[in-house]
Amino acid sequence: MGTQTSIQTSEKPLGRDELAQLVARDIVPGSFVNLGIGQPTLVSNYLTEEQNITLHTENGMLGMGPGAVGDEIDGDLINAGKIPVTELPGASYFHHADSFAIMRGGHLDICVLGAFQVSATGDLANWHTGAPDAIPAVGGAMDLATGAKDVFVMMTLLTRDGASKLVEACTYPLTGVGCVTRVYTDKAVFLTGPDGVTVRETFGCTFEEIQELVPLPLKRAE
Amino acid sequence: MLNFIDTVGEAVAGIKDGSTVMIGGFGNAGQPFELIDALMDCGAKDLTVVNNNAGQGDQGLALLIKEGRVRKMICSFPRQSDSWHFDAKFHAGEIELELVPQGNLAERIRAAGAGIGGFFTPTGYGTTLAEGKETRLLDGKWQVFESPIHADVALIKALKADGKGNLVYRKTARNFGPIMAAAAKHTIVQVSEIVPTGSLDPENVVTPGIYVNSVVRVGAVAGSEALDSNGKVA
Repeated sequence: MGTQTSIQTSEKPLGRDELAQLVARDIVPGSFVNLGIGQPTLVSNYLTEEQNITLHTENGMLGMGPGAVGDEIDGDLINAGKIPVTELPGASYFHHADSFAIMRGGHLDICVLGAFQVSATGDLANWHTGAPDAIPAVGGAMDLATGAKDVFVMMTLLTRDGASKLVEACTYPLTGVGCVTRVYTDKAVFLTGPDGVTVRETFGCTFEEIQELVPLPLKRAE
Repeated sequence: MLNFIDTVGEAVAGIKDGSTVMIGGFGNAGQPFELIDALMDCGAKDLTVVNNNAGQGDQGLALLIKEGRVRKMICSFPRQSDSWHFDAKFHAGEIELELVPQGNLAERIRAAGAGIGGFFTPTGYGTTLAEGKETRLLDGKWQVFESPIHADVALIKALKADGKGNLVYRKTARNFGPIMAAAAKHTIVQVSEIVPTGSLDPENVVTPGIYVNSVVRVGAVAGSEALDSNGKVA
């Protein structure tokens, strides 16, 4: 251990699975949760029975179980990523308008999403790179970002070119305005809100090193 | 007026050029493949199609797009690893795209069926998809005005219909079926089974028969779709 701040909780940056494990641990027991396509899906591997979490999938189901294997595979039972899944006891099915009313109506406690960028005020950019030849596809990203009570983002802190994805203002097209409440990255966990960005904990680097990487003023968790 | 029809070809025969057609399904779950194939065969063109996606692989909606029969897609997620027919038409400038956030798509369809003239929603506020739309600060949140999506015809898939046209669905294949059935002037349903009136528990009917115009039974076995090489339901 060197001269790290007291909030450093790991000597190394976190891998994808370690990050998923951390997000899973932070989900309050009894929550209704939607896990976005891609990395956020890993979180389900680390939810415990004691947490009693109910997973929502926007194509019309609460009580989604693990991915289906072998004889469990059923083309009529898929998740939002179109992967075959299973149903748990107590599951329910509903049509698409009800499914999105669950989000928009503020009934969903948490959604976990990937991101290209998150701004200092919690703006999210995760649906479109803005490249002129790219075919835009939004799916449920805007509805999830706007509707869930808490929006957790999982991403690497830096792009492949070393630029921070946590930015003063997003340069990619926005998915939602002021919607992100927490950002889980390989190097640190950030809390975002109207009062600015607070570093909750760091992994493999100090608060000061994080501050050097991120081009906006950061606060240290009390 | 409810009709039970023997073939998918007869069921779609009345669909005219220039129609707006809602097609149920999320990916392949709930997609009425046999009705879409029949729509291919019937020759209707210059269609506006409402679906969550814009076709995948070389079947169903993807073929309708490939054959140039779709003038405009209204959908939330056109780009997929296997949406090559849509991609080609889009890049060639041969198809119009109205991109709608998925929940707004669902609610706009629901609004049409419910006789609502439009609604304000926070989804999309501050994004490029809300550009040019009216906004208001309501209940402390900025919201965007969205209008209903009406259709001439809906093609949907359910598990069972009874003699009154009451429908039940199967698992996540329900998705857009109930709201599209209500939103279209003429709703055509393909089912795996037609059961005697009185055999569905009225408490469990999902779509009441009042929304249904035509029912056709097809031989598909529920949940038997093949998987593609990514382990996804193709």
